Amino acid sequence: MESILNPWPWYVSGPLITLVMALLLYFGKTFGMSSNLRTMCSIAGAGKFADFFNYKWKDQLWNLTVVIGAIIGGFIAVQFLSNNSGTDLNPTTVVELQNMGFKNPGATLVPNEMFSLEVLASPKALILLVVGGLLVGFGTRYAAGCTSGHAIAGLSSLQKPSLIAVIGFFIGGLIMANLILPLIF
Amino acid sequence: MKVLKFLLVGIFFGIVLVKSEAISWYRIYEMFRFQSFHMYGIIGTAIVSGIIFLQISKSRHLKSIKGSDIFVPKKEDGLIRYIVGGIIFGLGWALIGACPGPMYILLGTGVWSMLIVIAAAIVGTFIYGLLKNRLPH
Repeated sequence: MESILNPWPWYVSGPLITLVMALLLYFGKTFGMSSNLRTMCSIAGAGKFADFFNYKWKDQLWNLTVVIGAIIGGFIAVQFLSNNSGTDLNPTTVVELQNMGFKNPGATLVPNEMFSLEVLASPKALILLVVGGLLVGFGTRYAAGCTSGHAIAGLSSLQKPSLIAVIGFFIGGLIMANLILPLIF
Repeated sequence: MKVLKFLLVGIFFGIVLVKSEAISWYRIYEMFRFQSFHMYGIIGTAIVSGIIFLQISKSRHLKSIKGSDIFVPKKEDGLIRYIVGGIIFGLGWALIGACPGPMYILLGTGVWSMLIVIAAAIVGTFIYGLLKNRLPH
């Protein structure tokens, strides 16, 4: 039980993520989480504004079901399968983040400095979340996929477009973490 | 049953991503600062086991429950959309520390402010849909 309650090692987690992809392929579907954003646009009536959203979104309801499951899974994992041990970060990372003004790096899943409901009263935190969301929503559709569709499913099937996309993910991520975040915090 | 299996896969996915710490903002930061192997280990072992799974299903002609071959659909050829779109997504990924799966999972763990991120991501996808025909792909 202890090994379930503690964080799982990377060599267990990686293959289990592949199992998710394998199950979806076995069910005749694909692994791609960002597609749900397009489906939600279509359901909300975005087809009136752009043809991109006029498609048989009802065929995508299975994927929204996966999303609902993922929310439930997140709830189950923290409520029943965790011991609140926190994340065992590199001490260098911890000091670095403390110097940037983050109080308890790794104690929670996301920094309170950005995500707690109290800081949302400040325009800064709100702007960061909105900008981050816009970048993710726009970028994933422009690139036709995200971590699941390109990094996992696309690279597993040895596709060049996915390799290009993943290189892009890393260029963007490196710029944000190394150059922009230090300017923000 | 049809719906239930997808719900169960989703629940399993959510649990795995929480327990792997892949939904931790800090793990994503650490990865992009090259200060930990953890995330590289997860993504690396996922890809290697994915390659093995797809090669085996190809050589053994494994079928899906619908009776068709198991394969990942081919991505369209292109360069600009993948590199530019990828960079834009990467900037957002490192800022909010969550990609389009973990956004929902974090909501389930009780991070209510993810609702703002999800709403903004839907708007971001909508903006792409509006601009699609004017963007280089």
